[in-house]
Amino acid sequence: MSLDLDLALALPGFALEARFVAAGAVTALFGRSGAGKTVLTRLLAGHLRPDRGHIRLGARVLVDTGARIFVPPHRRRIGTVFQDGRLFPHLTVRGNLLYGGWFNRGAAGPKLDEIVDLLGIESLLARHPGGLSGGEKQRVAIGRALLAAPALLVLDEPLAALDAPRKAEILPYLELLRDRLNLPMVYVSHALDEVVRLADTLVLLEAGRVRAAGPIGEIMTRLDLGPGPGTGRTEAGAVLAARVETIDRSYGLATLSFPGGSLRVPAAGLEPGQALRLHIRARDVAIALGPPRDVSILNALPVTIAEMAEDAGAVELRLVLGPQLLVARITRLSAEALSLRPGLVVHALIKSVAFDRGVGAGVS
Amino acid sequence: MLSPVEAAALELSLQVSFWAVMGSLPVAIALAYVLARGVFRGRALLAALVNLPLVLPPVVTGYVLLLLFGRHGPIGARLEAWFGIVLAFRWTGAALAAAVMGLPLMVRAIQLSLEAVDPGLEQAAAGLGAPRAAVFATVTLPLALPGLLAAALLGFAKSLGEFGATITFVSNIPGETQTLPIAIYSLLQVPGSDAAVLRLALLSIAVSLGGVLAAELVAGRLKRRLAG
Repeated sequence: MSLDLDLALALPGFALEARFVAAGAVTALFGRSGAGKTVLTRLLAGHLRPDRGHIRLGARVLVDTGARIFVPPHRRRIGTVFQDGRLFPHLTVRGNLLYGGWFNRGAAGPKLDEIVDLLGIESLLARHPGGLSGGEKQRVAIGRALLAAPALLVLDEPLAALDAPRKAEILPYLELLRDRLNLPMVYVSHALDEVVRLADTLVLLEAGRVRAAGPIGEIMTRLDLGPGPGTGRTEAGAVLAARVETIDRSYGLATLSFPGGSLRVPAAGLEPGQALRLHIRARDVAIALGPPRDVSILNALPVTIAEMAEDAGAVELRLVLGPQLLVARITRLSAEALSLRPGLVVHALIKSVAFDRGVGAGVS
Repeated sequence: MLSPVEAAALELSLQVSFWAVMGSLPVAIALAYVLARGVFRGRALLAALVNLPLVLPPVVTGYVLLLLFGRHGPIGARLEAWFGIVLAFRWTGAALAAAVMGLPLMVRAIQLSLEAVDPGLEQAAAGLGAPRAAVFATVTLPLALPGLLAAALLGFAKSLGEFGATITFVSNIPGETQTLPIAIYSLLQVPGSDAAVLRLALLSIAVSLGGVLAAELVAGRLKRRLAG
């Protein structure tokens, strides 16, 4: 099911003009605060009317200003999980979870037991939201949205109000939803690590406009997008889908393979055959002209320089590795000393890798 | 303990106040919702009309009611012809007078409590598939319940004490329209009835105090429950 959206809305002091088509399972709306993420989710949910444009979800037209179509919020079947949870304080957790069921009797959605089990909220059912922790509230809010049998789930900064341990508590559940339920999601965030872990399509918002939209691996390695919004360029890098091939117990190392190469990383928490997503940050990739000797870095991959761009005194390289792209960020001095230029074959030294299972590891 | 006249006045006062609140509460909720959430032309005029009984001399309000709802008034005549309902000089008229006088207070209290309900929760409910009326019934109203209760209490207290509009509209008929304040006023006209006046005044104080205390207790419990 694809989300096709083309909207224009002028508000006092802010103008939104956004247009993209997202066909993936998880589409991330990424940008710093004020970029228009929240306005876009409100337009999706139907709490704001656009001046002009359309929203189509699969075959359904939710908004079309030309055809004077505006489906009201309660008929859109778009479930939203808000940053602040927004649980009903006068109902128990069970009452909150069942709320959507009163109005969606015809729709074939998940069962209460199934969702309660999936989110591990069995013990909370009889309680009121006031006594729940932030992480528990968000799990209940996710369950409540799912039980309304939505056609699209919008997660509006669901982790922004949580501290790091609570985030680590919720992220696996979001991955579980992505992998288990056949439900398209829009994930709104200004945290790149969450986006990289969950999304397959990235929509980069900047000052009310779509700066770039496309598969996450492609957007993340583009050099023309400039400093990463909100997080600084330091988080930019490549996103690869990989598999755990073998595990060497004597050294505690796992070999990960992906189209175009393989990497060795600490095996902690990994199982053979496991699929995971790697995030290789540009700042964690160094360049050597030949195959490196006498270095502690385990991973050196032969790559071809495709593109170079200067950015604030540093040089960013887009590197071709089989069908994959990597990004490296090095100093201008190094780039000149090594006479780097597009087309040159070099070795990319990977200093560290982050996985989507939440275990990040240095591999030097 | 109470003389038959006192008992009749007390019973009538409670009956009039009860029905005044029951009758005006739905109207007050509707008006408060429209004033709290509505954006429309004439909003200020509506707010002014609702508040009019607060600033008019009660005698004037009673007189207007008499003109409109009297047996020959434009509304009163039709009510009698179509439904056989007569308000003038009946206890039901006393209830109407009390309801009109209490309405501004109730609307104000309910409006404040509706405005305190987080619109984010209403949006969340709509996102879960609830039509607007269902959102109001299942989210807005329950969350505004402490305010609703406070409004009902305020209306009840106002009705118990209503005098000017009531005596103008429905006069002073023992057993029919002679509520506690009107009974006290009548006794004050009779020389040597100081003790009887004092008894009725104390009765009036006791009833009002009991009502306020009960509502405080219930509102406190509701608030604790909403806070989780």
